Parts: sequence; structure tokens; C-alpha cells
Amino acid sequence: MSIRSSAAEMAEALTKKEISAVELANQHYAQIEAVDKDVHAFLHLDKAGALAQAESIDKKRAAGEKLPPLAGVPLALKDVLVQKGVPTTCGSKMLEGWRPPYDATVVTKLKDAGIVILGKTNMDEFAMGSSTENSAYGPTHNPWDLTRIPGGSGGGSAAALAAFEAPLAIGTDTGGSIRQPAAVTATVGVKPTYGGVSRYGLVAFSSSLDQAGPCARTVLDTAMLHQSIAGFDPKDSTSINHAVPDVVAAAKKKDVKGLKIGIVKQLSGAGYQKGVENKFNDAVAELVKLGAEIVEVSCPNFEYALAAYYLIAPSECSSNLARFDSMRFGIRIGDDGSKGAEEVMNLTRQVGFGREVKRRIILGTYALSSGYYDAYYGSAQKVRTLIKRDFDAAFEKCDVLVSPTAPTTAFKIGEKSEDPLAMYLNDIATIPVNLAGIGGMSLPCGLADEDNLPVGFQIMSPAMKDDRMYLVGGALEAALLSKWGKPILDFAPRLAGSK
Amino acid sequence: MSLNYDQAIEKYEPTLGLEVHVELNTKSKMFCGCATEFGAEPNTQTCPVCLGLPGALPVVNKTAIESSILIGLALNCSIAPFSRFARKNYFYPDMPKNFQTSQYDEPICINGFLDVEIETYEGNKVFRIDIERVHMEEDTGKSLHVGGSTGRIHGAEYSLLDYNRAGIPLVEIVTKIVPNTGKYAPQVARAYVAALRDILRGLKVSDVKMEQGSLRCDVNLSLAPSGSGELGTRSETKNVNSLRSVETAVSGEILRQANRLQSGEKIVQETRHFLEESGETRPGRSKEKAEDYRYFPEPDLVPVVPDNKWIEELRKTLPEKPADRRKRLQSEWSVPEKEMTAMVNAELLDTVEETVKLGADPTKARSWWLGEISRIANERDVVATELISVTAVAQIINLINQGELTDKLARQVVDGVIAGEGTPADVISKRGLKVVSDDGALMKAIEDAIAAQPDTAERVRGGNIPAAGALIGAVMKATGGQADAAKVRELLLKHLGQ
Ligand SMILES: [Zn+2]
Repeated sequence: MSIRSSAAEMAEALTKKEISAVELANQHYAQIEAVDKDVHAFLHLDKAGALAQAESIDKKRAAGEKLPPLAGVPLALKDVLVQKGVPTTCGSKMLEGWRPPYDATVVTKLKDAGIVILGKTNMDEFAMGSSTENSAYGPTHNPWDLTRIPGGSGGGSAAALAAFEAPLAIGTDTGGSIRQPAAVTATVGVKPTYGGVSRYGLVAFSSSLDQAGPCARTVLDTAMLHQSIAGFDPKDSTSINHAVPDVVAAAKKKDVKGLKIGIVKQLSGAGYQKGVENKFNDAVAELVKLGAEIVEVSCPNFEYALAAYYLIAPSECSSNLARFDSMRFGIRIGDDGSKGAEEVMNLTRQVGFGREVKRRIILGTYALSSGYYDAYYGSAQKVRTLIKRDFDAAFEKCDVLVSPTAPTTAFKIGEKSEDPLAMYLNDIATIPVNLAGIGGMSLPCGLADEDNLPVGFQIMSPAMKDDRMYLVGGALEAALLSKWGKPILDFAPRLAGSK
Repeated sequence: MSLNYDQAIEKYEPTLGLEVHVELNTKSKMFCGCATEFGAEPNTQTCPVCLGLPGALPVVNKTAIESSILIGLALNCSIAPFSRFARKNYFYPDMPKNFQTSQYDEPICINGFLDVEIETYEGNKVFRIDIERVHMEEDTGKSLHVGGSTGRIHGAEYSLLDYNRAGIPLVEIVTKIVPNTGKYAPQVARAYVAALRDILRGLKVSDVKMEQGSLRCDVNLSLAPSGSGELGTRSETKNVNSLRSVETAVSGEILRQANRLQSGEKIVQETRHFLEESGETRPGRSKEKAEDYRYFPEPDLVPVVPDNKWIEELRKTLPEKPADRRKRLQSEWSVPEKEMTAMVNAELLDTVEETVKLGADPTKARSWWLGEISRIANERDVVATELISVTAVAQIINLINQGELTDKLARQVVDGVIAGEGTPADVISKRGLKVVSDDGALMKAIEDAIAAQPDTAERVRGGNIPAAGALIGAVMKATGGQADAAKVRELLLKHLGQ
């Protein structure tokens, strides 16, 4: 057992008392200390809290208590979920120094599962971005190549997994913020069905699209974490009151014989890197070898998905981010006794928000304005309905849909930061899933020939059928592992100082 | 020359519109579990949800939805099979999220009506007020501006914020335009708010205390030249907080607008503030540059989809309509209209009804509650029912009817109960209050009185009945007021051959 082991292996070692939760947490803190100066996956470490939790798990285990499956396994938490007493910044200056007085439901569930939360991970400010370059605290670097982006907005969580700083992580996905970072770091990430995991305590970017989800290095680990955080929450009105499908069993099944897998015609071709398409096709060939049946499907309205997304998400964010006004929490600028509340609010928002956040607030404010509402927000909602119908029609012909997760491999830090449109195109294949509220997974399917960088394979499943992603993902992962002979992360260059 | 009210009404036809905000009396807030008690320490009834902390999410209070449906049903509205909350976006420090969660274009109740009756010199008249919508929203917090002379934000040194009220459920009841009320517009407006208040009180969904702000009224008013059939530009007068003020606000606006129009000026579409002291309005913000609230459906909440079964169950729980109840009680008790109105205005109808239910005579119940007890309550500035219980009053009235107490003795019993001396029975025994009904004892006192005033007795014998008063007075004095005056009179006159 080492920090390169899977979470399931760590859990087994803990159960067999081959290692204690405290030792395991300390090993990961040692790794963080060794590599995070280069990777910058974490914004804040909660050593005291994590070690206290680990110690209590060890005590319970010593006392012979029956513990949940992941008890004692460490985890990295995206800094967009509130954790009582632990700084939560959302990658923004606005919340510098804020310690939330309450736990997100996901955090409560993690604590109840005995999982040890090591710290909070870096992200694009308020989850707006695809590269983690929009963090007010500096970018995260991709462990595969430190000059490249780790994806975004959850680049910190994905990089922490790929750099072996944590075996489990929580991300949030509004347009691809779990899946695209997973793709470019060769890790696994799942955006569950909308409403499958509580949003209570997830600082909202776009309420109708946001969804927290599990991230890990293997499909089974991801499933185990999924099982730990999913389920109905009376504190979230949009949470689904329905049994969580058995994703762990699905991940273990590794049998896709007779399964119908649809390839979305619109999610390939122009804009997709050659090496990405090749690895995607190779993976599809593996699934065929395993007995799956391939169907080509057309989703004509996907063409408008990106445009609809960039109206709906900014509109909701313009309203969601209104509460950052310096009155009750966060930073306050210019309160020198000479200025009125409105002026202090203005100054605080000028200083506290970064460029991309301001860009989206302005865009959303405009789209919701009277006289423009119908043309922008209204039309975008109609497109959303059409996209849902495209998915419905496609799922009549097949059990899951697949596509490359991102059109390219990781690009260089700084390469697209001056071109928001080019940046937005990163999410072209992931956004339709959020608009329809269905489930999406990304798992690694190889390294692109031209740059030797990871390529992500996306699996999409109908709402509340999240187990299907795990069924296909588990089978494909096993086939690829036997083809490669070792885990994909073993092909990555070793980080300086890495344990 | 400025127009007086009659001249104004002759030249111009008023059109009313009324928006009433009702604070529901649910135990918890609209979207969180916080308490709603009035007057608690500032910021003690708050949580991440009603403080708008990052990450917090709203959950709709089911009781608030029930109350809203009940209000809709009582106002003859249709209950929408699908309604939604929206966000009304604007920045203000006492609004935690900087948007108010409110229903907008998809309210829970639509298209109702309420008939109101007013007294006029031409007899009683009924006006039908059409209700456009009943919708739910949340209240804001409260700002206290400190250091300025006006108590307003401008000129204040600093402001204090109390979020206890933030998120308290409100229901807004909006009428359609109310045309053709003519000179009765002020009375109709008042009668509507009064009728609405009675309905809400009957439904037990709100405290409906205008002075505490749990019922607030905005009055929209416009004038058009009589007979033109046009609709003028309206003003909106905010925060009219008593029934009398509703009436004055309407008549005041009619006068103000008529005189403006008369002198060739235009009416500005604006919000005006009602000044409780002078009964006048002062201009607030102009609505020419209408604020853009960027409404959009609240993505954190699911639509409200009440099923028919639920609605019908709620319909079954509707109490008797206040107007029907008044008519019924008036005939059961044979009370004149004026007395009935007095009871309603004094908010004592329920109390009198309960007293009657305990066996008290309706006329006596009414006169005790509205008379002696209300008098003492007014003196002490308290509510009558806080002074004495319905049970005690019913017992006292029953004792009067059984001849055990005279009115005078009963007043002493009431005093004793109010002073905390115990139940009516306790007071009677402690103070030794007992009607002297023993004929022998009374005859002794009567004979003593006659002996003391032989001339008066002689006059009575001679047929001067009113002269008996002096003798009766002497007997009452001699018995310490414990004799039944009617009985004394009867015995005395008989004794003197009358
Ligand atoms: Zn609250």
C-alpha cells in the first residue's frame, strides 16, 4: 500500500489495520508538502481538523466499531463547498478570510462516512473557467506538465489526485468542471444526475446547472465516493427523493455485453484534436470487443448548447453573486466612515471580483434586462428543452452515449486566457449534459499521439441511471488497464520530491 | 381657487387599486426554520438561509402555502395548478441575497372577488372588488438609520441592520382596478381593507395588526375627467397603516390630484408616502425611470403544484364568511346594526360570542364588554380580554339574571376580578356582596325610611310616584347597596297603597 494505491485499497489496508488513518493522512500531507509548491492544488490545509477526524476513526476501529467503507481515507475538497470553521474562498478575493458557520450537506455526509478532509482545493473563481487560471490565488499546474493547465474549474481537485496528494476529491460541475479536469489529468470524475447530490452548502454559480460530484483515480473509487455523498436532502428543494442507484455494484460488474452505446455525431469533427479522436475511437473499439453494440445518434440541437449555456449560466450567476456585498461576510472595501453602503458595496465588488466573474455578471445582467429577456434568457431556456429532447430521443436508441470529454488535451498556461471564446469551447462536449440535467463521467482513455497528454472519454447516462456510466466505465477501465499493463498515471513524469 | 372634495368628485372620476401585504403568522419563516416572533432581540432569529450566506438554499414552508391557498379560496379565487417563485433583483443592505424571492407572473391564486358593503345616506350599497391575484413573497430585514435628523438613510451617521424579519412570509393581495366608486371611493377602500382584515382574522392566518405592520396597504389612485371613460395616471401611496388612514389617503389623493389637474399640471406616476400625522402624502421616488428588477424563475425552488385533493380539503376547513357570520349573529341576538358595527370595530365580536356560548344573555354580554370592561381597558390602555376572562364575565351575567347580583354589585365583582381577587365567587364571598332579597329585612328598612320621611311617604300615597325615589334611595343606603332596587320599589309602592 502506498499513496499511489486506490482508495479501495487504502480502505482495505485500514480495515486490516495495516495502516492507521492518522498515518495515511500524514503520508498525504508529506506528499502535499513535497509537490504542492509546484502543483498548487490546495488553497488551504486543515491539518488539525483532518488529524482529529483520522484519530477518531482509528479509535472507533480499535474499539471494534463497524465503520463505513471509506472511513479513514483522505480527500481533497473543492473550495466551493462550505466547511464549518474552515476558510472557504471559492478562489475569490471576495471571500478571503471567511470561515463559514455551517457544513454543506456533502461535507456532513463525508464526515459521517469517516472520510478525512485534508484541505480545500484551488479552482477558477466561483467555478467560472476551464483552466483554474481564474483563481485569485494563482493557477494550479497540471502534474503531467507543470507548464500546462489542469482543466477547470476544478483543476485543484483533479491535480491533487494526479499528483497523489489525495486518493479522493470532490468537484462541482456546472458545464464540465469535474469532467474536463479529469480528462486532462487522466483521472476519473463524475457529474451525477442533477438533484442526485445535495447542493446545500455549494456556493452557487448557476443553480440550475451546478452539481457536486465524486473524483478519484479509478472508477470503483469514484463509485464508492458517489455512494457516500448522494441521496435526498430536505434542505435542497431540487434534490431528488429517489433511491440512489447502486453505482458500486455497477462499477464492479465489468460486463457490457449487448449494451447499446451511442456515439453523438455532433461531438466530433471540427475543433477536436486528432489524437483525442484517435484515442476515443480506440476506446470505442475496446467496448465493441467487450460485446457492446455501437449506434450512431444525432443530436442536432447540441449546436446551440454553448450559446444557451453562456446565457443561462451568467444570468443565474448575476443574481447568485449579488449577495457578495460586504454587508454580512467577506471582505469590505472603503468603509472609512465617509461613504454610504451603496458606495462600499460598489468598491468591494470592484476589488473583490476578478475579470471573468465580472464579465459573466455583466453578461447575465444584460440577458435578464427587460426588453432582452425573451430574446436571450427566454430563447436559451427553449434551446435547453430542445437539447433535453435530443437526449430523450437518443436514449430511446441506446443505453448510454459517449464522446471525447474535451476537444483537446491540456493547453499551456496563458495560452487562452486572453481569448474567452476559445476558452469556452473547451466545454463544448460537456455542457449538453448539464443543460439536460443528466449524468456524465470522464475516464482516461489514453495519451494523444501528438503530445503524449491524457485524453478523456465521456460517458453520458439518462437521469437517475447513473449506474450505467459506472457499468461502462468500469468495463472500459479494466480493458484499457490490461492493454496498457499499468495505470495510466504511471506514464506521467515523476514530480520533483514526490514520495 | 382650489377645489373642495365635492367639486373634485363632480369634475373627476376616481379609479382605485389596492395592494395589501399580509404578514402570515406561521411559526417559521418562508424558506427556513427560523422563528418569526415579533420583537425578539435583533438578529437572534436568523440562520444561513435567511442571512443569504453563500451556499444556503431555500425550502418552501408548507404552512405558508396552505395559508395562501386558504386566503385565495376565501376571496373566491382560482388556485393555480402550477405556480412558481421568481427572483426580484435589486440591491439593498437589508435584503440578504440582494434579490427578493417572490411570485411574479405565476401567482398561486388568481381572479377572485370580495363584496363590500358601505353605509350611505342613500342606504347601504354593495361594491364588488375584483381580486387580480394573491401571491407569496418574503419580507426584508429592517434598517435603523442612526444619527440623522429624519431617521432616513440620507444624513444618517451609520445604519443598523436586523434580519429577524428577513424571510418572514408575506402574502400580497392585489385588486384589479376598481372603477365607478365615485364619491364613495374613500369609504369603499376602507371597507375593503376592513373586510379583508376580518376574513384574514377568521382564517387565523395572520395577526392582521396594522399598527405592527402585519397588514400594510398601498393605495393606487388615478383620476379621469368625469364621463370621459379614460384612465388617468396613477400614484401609489405606500404604507397606509390604519383603516382611517386608508380613507384619508384616498380622499387626500383625490383632492391633491384634482387640484393639480385643475391647474393644468400633469400627474406624475410615482410612489408617495403617507404621513400618519397630517393625513397627507409626500412624494417618494419617481417611477418614470422604472426600476428593472430582472425577474426570472427561482432556480433553487421547484414549482408549487397543489393537487385538487389538498385544495378541497382546505376548502372544507374554511370558516363562515365574516359578512355571513355578522348577519347570522345580528339576527340571533336581535342586535341593531349600529351595535353590531361597534362590536366589530372594537374587535369584541368573538369575545361576545364566546360569552353568549357560556349561557350569558347576548344583550348583557354586549353591554358589559363594550361598556364597563372596555372603559377600564381604555383607561389602562390594554385589551379588554386581558383584563378579565370570558368565563368570569359569563358567570357574572348569569348571577345578575338569577337575581343574585344587582348591576351595581356586579360592577364591584368585575372590579374585584380585575384586581386579581379571584373568581367572581371568590370576590362575592370575600367582599360579602349579596343581594338582600329577604322581604322581612327589606320591609324593616322600608318602614324605617317611611318613618324618617313621613311627608314624602304622604306624597306617594297621594299618587306622586316619582317622589318614591327619595325613599328607595334611603332603603338602598340602609342596605349598603345590596338590595335589588326593583324589588325595593315594588314593596315600597305596595306598602304605600300604590
Ligand atoms: Zn433562517
